[in-house]
Parts: sequence; structure tokens; C-alpha cells
Amino acid sequence: MGKVLMKGNEVIAEAAVHAGCKYFFGYPITPQSELVAYMARRLPEVGGLFLQAESEIAAINMVYGAAGTGVRVMTSSSSPGFSLKQEGISYLVGSELPAVICNIVRGGPGLGNIQPAQSDYFQVTKGGGHGDYNIPVLAPASLQEIVELTQDAFDIADRYRTPVILMGDGMLGQMMEPVEFGERSETGTFNKEWATTGTRGDGGPKIITSLELDAESLEERNRNLQRKFAMIKENEVRYETYQIADADYILVAFGTVARITMNAINKARKNEVKVGLIRPISLWPFPEKPFIETRERVKGYISVEMSAGQMIEDVRLAVNGFAPVDFFGRTGGVVPTQEEIYDKIMSIAGGIRV
Amino acid sequence: MTMKAVFKKTCGLTDKPTHYCPGCTHGLIHRLVGEVLEEMDILEDTIGVASVGCSVLSYEYFNCDMIQAAHGRAPAVASGVKRVLPDRFVFTYQGDGDLASIGISEVIHAAARGENITVIFVNNAIYGMTGGQMAPTTLIGQKTATTPFGRDVSIQGSPIKVCEMIATLDGAAYIERVSTHDVLHIQKAKKAIKKAFETQKKGLGFSMIEVLSTCPTNWGLDPAESLDWVKDNMVPVYPLSVYKNCEGVK
Repeated sequence: MGKVLMKGNEVIAEAAVHAGCKYFFGYPITPQSELVAYMARRLPEVGGLFLQAESEIAAINMVYGAAGTGVRVMTSSSSPGFSLKQEGISYLVGSELPAVICNIVRGGPGLGNIQPAQSDYFQVTKGGGHGDYNIPVLAPASLQEIVELTQDAFDIADRYRTPVILMGDGMLGQMMEPVEFGERSETGTFNKEWATTGTRGDGGPKIITSLELDAESLEERNRNLQRKFAMIKENEVRYETYQIADADYILVAFGTVARITMNAINKARKNEVKVGLIRPISLWPFPEKPFIETRERVKGYISVEMSAGQMIEDVRLAVNGFAPVDFFGRTGGVVPTQEEIYDKIMSIAGGIRV
Repeated sequence: MTMKAVFKKTCGLTDKPTHYCPGCTHGLIHRLVGEVLEEMDILEDTIGVASVGCSVLSYEYFNCDMIQAAHGRAPAVASGVKRVLPDRFVFTYQGDGDLASIGISEVIHAAARGENITVIFVNNAIYGMTGGQMAPTTLIGQKTATTPFGRDVSIQGSPIKVCEMIATLDGAAYIERVSTHDVLHIQKAKKAIKKAFETQKKGLGFSMIEVLSTCPTNWGLDPAESLDWVKDNMVPVYPLSVYKNCEGVK
């Protein structure tokens, strides 16, 4: 299969189909509605099922039910709708059910607007719903990367029995780029003996629940979850670096903002200002290694975000006081321009200009 | 001398002792559902969905695969299961706080879509687990922890009659309200539950049995008085009847 020109939201949907996802429960919300519509058309072609739920709450609970049967299942939404899914996501974590949830982030808080934003960083990386938990979050920066990461998301979900979040911004969902859907060697076979599909002579009844009334038992269960999270931290960190070897300052950005930031870095390099980029691809687990490796030699970091400053907290934790961490961000659906990021670089790293 | 067994516990239930209060009819309704699943020989093909409230632990009592759902969301969870496994039997077991209040949207839309699932809706006109607060089904004048002066229509509005409402939806195939206040009505309740599962077996669409139930603990009555309270106070407000019976279920 050669390259095809597609919209970001549609790429996510097609990538999910390629990953063996046959069930999708969704609810319309801009700017991810193309994903829902694509699934409605596409899933019947592969013998799957698309169902439009009455709300995001119902959609995530349908996902919970379908995930309980052991199939690959997905839902998607955008910020206000994603907030509504948080209850169900907490239950998925507590019951250890695999699922992929996509959040195409828009401006907030409240109804906000439908322009691109990254201001859901906190709610996707810090738990979001109730209880002690984290969820793997993958943030692609290009449409081709969506193809890879969507398939990774399903594998991670099955491997660790956890929901996985795919986070993009409205820009990524709406832009068009050529992509290629290669065949993956490993889509993986996973043991799903826990699935509730009817006992059918397989021994006693199976139960999917997050309830544990005894405090000591729930603590033990939570400790097991923490052990699982530690394993995910060990194995599933993803990031990319760009020109950091000789950099005096390192910018940190993810998703589409990383692409704009890269252009600003190129422009700064032309003016002999040594800057580089760390692009977290997994937002949780956050890539600490490239910071640990550089924090004692660089002059500082600049976190660039489409928010009022959220990822910067993780950057500061990773830098751990070894170097100053500065910030540049636009919020409310405003996309930072290459020029203003360049200006920020020059104001910090450019020295005295005449 | 050998003794002939004339009665035994249904294999539709596990051996786990239930945690229900004395005089509560949850255990009885569990048994009716378990007996129906056993008699229809569908235990191995059934996935039950437990809700939040007193019956949250029903997943430990039904002897089939079970999923515990978030408060009110059981019909959405059941829809997800049934859409993946259309040849299995899927039921929810929900109380009136769970179904008629926080979960009213989920049950209405599951019925509207004609989801081929069975809902066992246990209505005792009060929140039991949280300590006796007003439910949407609480009777006018009924005193609860949150209606200490009695439910006042001008403040809390009127009780929701779920069967009557759901029966208006085209996707609803079999809707009946039954009671547990005496032996005759318990037998009728079992027949209704069986009809609901037969509706599902025939693939006719959404079925729901509302079962009027007791809450001696939070009503402040003894078990016998509670049964009378159902008969004298609940039945007049919630008439026992078949509200929907689409063709095919006799």
C-alpha cells in the first residue's frame, strides 16, 4: 500500500482498524468528529461495529463493557467530552481493562473553543479521574507517527491491561499529510482468560470489578497497580531529540508544537545560536533520561506549550534544579508562531544583540 | 432409608451468603433470576452487570460471569458486552437510585436503541446503601434522610414511573412491573423475569422487569410490616401490570 493523503482524525481511525480494533463507541464533538464518522463508515467493512452513544459517559461505559469481553475497543473525544469520560477511565484502570481513548484537545476551560490546545496535559498525565493511577499517554507530532503510535497504543493496552490515551491537538486532527499504513510484524497475541464472555465450561465465574471493600486488600491491589506502572515506566518511555549534543539551551515541546519549535530552532541555528529540542512522545511516562543526561551541562531549558504551562512541571521535576527552566506558551486555542518561539529563544539564548 | 430431595438451592447462585439486611427482598429477587437462568439452561452463556448500591456485590452471588459497573451505567456497559457478544445473554441488576436517578439516561437510551438485554430493576423507593435518602421513586409524603418532613411535590417533584416511561419507546419489547409482597406475587415476578429473558432469547429487543421491593432498615419497619407497606403504599402508585409486550412473547 502506497502513500495516501488523509486527515489526522481519519488516520487515527484507520490506524486503529489496522491494529485490529473492531469496536468503537463514540459521541460527536469538534474537532474530532471526522474520527467518529470515519469509524461509522469503516468498521462495518471489517466486520466490526460502530455505535453512537447518548453521551461521552455512556460511550466510555460501552467501551468498558466491550473491553470486558476481551476485544480491541476504542473511543475518542475532545476536551469537554474527555472530562466526562474520566469516571469510566478510572473504572477501566481499577478493573484493569485494556482500551484506547483518543483526546483531540481544544481550548478550555469550560466550553472554551474548538481551536487547538494542549491544556489537557494535566488531566491526561496526572490521573484525571479519582484514585491513585497513571495512564500511558502517547502524543504524535505527525500523521505518519499517528499510524505507529495508534498501533503501539493497542499493544500497550493489551500488554499491561490498561487504558492508553492518544493525545493530539485540534491541529493534528484537522491537518492533512501523506501517510503509509505498513503491515506490522507484531500486533501481538495476548492472553485474555480474564474476559467475561460466559463461563462455557471454563471453570468458575469470572468477575470484572474495581470494588474492594477491605482496606488492606485494596491497598494490596493498588500496590500491584503501582508495580505495573513502574514496569510501564521502565519499558514504555518514548522521546525524540534534535540537535541537543552541542546545545546551550534545550527546548521542550510535544505534538504539533514540537514541529513549529523545530523550525524556530533551525532559524536560531542559522544565526549560530546553539539550541536543541527534546520532544516527549510518551507524556506519561515522562522521558526523564534526556534531561538527566543534559541538565548538568546546558544553560537552561524552555518548555513550549499550547497551554499556560503544564508540561513545564514535569520538565522541572526531570531537571531537578540543575538548570533554569523557562516557558513560552499560548493558550485558549492560539497556536504559537515560529517567529515568537524564535524571539523567545533569542531573548534567552541569543546574547546581547546590536 | 434414602431421602428424596424436594427442594434445593438454585445453581444460578453461588454458595456465598448474601450481606442483605433481614427482610430485604434482594436475596429473593436474586434467587428468582438465578432460577430462571438455571431453568433456561443459559448460565454458561450469561454475563450479568452489577450496579452501585446495596446490590453492588451481586457479582459475588450470581453464578455466571459478572461485570461491576459505575453508578447508573450498567445499561451502557451491558450494551457494550451485548454488541460484541450478540449470542450471549446479558442482564443488568439495578436499584432505583442507580437506574431511575443517575442512570436514567443510560436506561432510556438502551431501551430506545432496542438493546437486546434484560434489565432487572429493583424499586424500594429509597437509597439503601447510603443510608435511606430520597430516590426519584420515593413516594409523596415519604420520610427519608433527605426528606425529613416527607417528600413534598412543590420541592422534590413527583415519583418517576419508569415502566410507564420506558414503555413509550419503540425499542422496548417487554416491560412489566411486579411485586414481592406475597407468595402469589413472587411467583408472578418469576414468570415475568422468565418472559424478559425469553424476549432476549428471541432477539426482540429491550426487556425490563421492575420489581417492587422492601427496605425494612431504612423504612424503619419490621420485615412483615415492610411487605404490607409495599402492598398498601407502593402498589397504588406503581400499578402492577405488563406495560409493553411486543409480539412473540406469550
